[in-house]
Amino acid sequence: MDLLLLLELAVNGVFVGLMYALLAAGIVLIYKTSGTANLAQGALAMTGAYAVVVAAGPLGLPMWVAIPLALVFMFAFGVALERVALRRMIGQPVIMVIMLTIGLEIFLRGVIPGFFGAAVKRLDLGISNAPIFLGELFLNRAILIGGTISLALIGLSILFFNSRFGIIMRAVSDNQTASWSVGIRVERAIAVAWGLSACMATTSGVLWGATQGVDWSLSLLLVKALAIAILGGLDSIVGVLIAGIIVGLAESLATGILDPIVGGGTRDVVASVIILLTLLLRPHGLFGREHIERV
Amino acid sequence: MFFRRAGISFTRYQDERQLWRLPFDRWTVGIIFALLLAAPFLIDRLYVVGYLLPLVIWAMAAMGLNLLMGGAGQIHLGYGAVIGIGAYASVHAMRAGVPFEFAMLIGGFAAAMIGVVFGAAALRVKGLYLAMATLAMQYIVDFVIVQFPIISGGSQAALTVPRTTFLGFAIEGDRVPYYVALTLCAVLTLFMLNVKRTSFGRALAAVREKDYAASIIGVDPFRYKLLAFWVSSFIGGMTGAVLAVCYYRTISPDQFHLDLSIQLVAMVIVGGLGSVLGGFLGVALILFAPIVLNQLIGLAADQFGLAIPIDLRAHLPLMLYGGLIMGFLLMEPLGLAKVYGNIRNYFLVWPFRHARQ
Repeated sequence: MDLLLLLELAVNGVFVGLMYALLAAGIVLIYKTSGTANLAQGALAMTGAYAVVVAAGPLGLPMWVAIPLALVFMFAFGVALERVALRRMIGQPVIMVIMLTIGLEIFLRGVIPGFFGAAVKRLDLGISNAPIFLGELFLNRAILIGGTISLALIGLSILFFNSRFGIIMRAVSDNQTASWSVGIRVERAIAVAWGLSACMATTSGVLWGATQGVDWSLSLLLVKALAIAILGGLDSIVGVLIAGIIVGLAESLATGILDPIVGGGTRDVVASVIILLTLLLRPHGLFGREHIERV
Repeated sequence: MFFRRAGISFTRYQDERQLWRLPFDRWTVGIIFALLLAAPFLIDRLYVVGYLLPLVIWAMAAMGLNLLMGGAGQIHLGYGAVIGIGAYASVHAMRAGVPFEFAMLIGGFAAAMIGVVFGAAALRVKGLYLAMATLAMQYIVDFVIVQFPIISGGSQAALTVPRTTFLGFAIEGDRVPYYVALTLCAVLTLFMLNVKRTSFGRALAAVREKDYAASIIGVDPFRYKLLAFWVSSFIGGMTGAVLAVCYYRTISPDQFHLDLSIQLVAMVIVGGLGSVLGGFLGVALILFAPIVLNQLIGLAADQFGLAIPIDLRAHLPLMLYGGLIMGFLLMEPLGLAKVYGNIRNYFLVWPFRHARQ
């Protein structure tokens, strides 16, 4: 195995991992504020990407209008979801809430391709296909740009948690009743978390859509995002960043090194193995708070 | 109406402890079972093979999953993989010359062993983390089955199930597989109905409600959760064997993917957590609703000249599963079994709505 190829795999892996991490950050955001895990994040990414495609295609809007429009739409969609479905589940067992988000994932995976076409759609951000040469290294331009944007957005969300509204969200995640008693509007904080999370999912969906095209398979990003969220600790944005890089690296290296040996398909199983190992060795993740009830 | 009783008042404890306390319930169960027994002689073979046989087999799977989800309150998103392990283990055993009766048990034990290994890892944590661990199990088992040609059966990745017999009857044609599945399903149904009345079932219920409360009254939560995983995986593995022998006849890895797990979870939730009757109702709805809806749409398209896009029709089942899961969780979290129970209880004392039931 020559070193250059390894380095190339590693660099591409890091940027791919950052793109996964953007989706995982949405899961963490919701978990941090409301304590529920959103297993529909993959489908939200797909929905967002479809929204951009529809706005740019049939509606004929230029890309710089279509993307903000889709972001606004998805923010409203996230808030509406919280209002219509999730808020009614408050007080129900965790298993019910998880099942609800799985139901949502399946539902969106049926409705969106069903009504807007299942064939792969092109989403052109104007990024050229020509690779970037860094010395001897051969890097994918779309992934490089996508990773950088993701990194910037995750950094932004870390800053966001230090703003006034971010502190409100942290208070809500610590103790909802206590937040209520000091005059924080808990419902609104959770609704905004859902909206922002849907926006993050949309961005991630658009970035991935630009590299691989838009179809239902965007929702498969969910497993990778979950692996990152769990490895990083479900309530840590910094953890998402680090875990994203680890998962991206592991996946890229596994594909490059193991695939020729076992004959393909390792890419999909790396995330699962990481989930399982994390749960076995360090269930609260790398940076998560240790609050899991042990039985 | 038919079973009107203004309140159920028993005078003997043994009456109250009966499985079906009302004569009406006993008669309903008897008649439905008799109809199922007579079905191959009453209706066209296409309906028996295409609708009743899958209904019976998936009902077994749903009951196994329901023991874990409804009985012990543990989520499992990898039940399709459990069924797959059972199917592959039993088919390999049969190809090595083991008779079906034992191969089924081997399938059950293999699934239970592997299921428990993942369960033990997962049960250190709970709720969301358990869901993640079982989801990971699904992907890892899929990967292993596909990647090892010894398991998946070589290049074309399909294993033919050898001809076999069950208690002396050769499993071939249309009727014998149906009766084999029906017999096993009846045995399993009786087990599931009775498990709630044993100390095991009550311990599971205690763990489901609150695990540390259970451990205070002397029920070891970890032990009983693991046991629930074991029993449920065993049932899943046996179902896999029955599925392979009676229904699929040729198994390939893509029959046991995540889609199957999600479909099973949908069956359990739509039917009703912790209800045996719900298992059957949920399976019927999840299996037949997409077919009926598709035919209705086809009919509408013919009648009114509507052009329904092919993408829409292809994605109809997914929409339906998702919509049903969400709808039931929001409107009636206890599923169809609860809907049936409400209707039954209404008519039980009809027209005296406020009578004690």
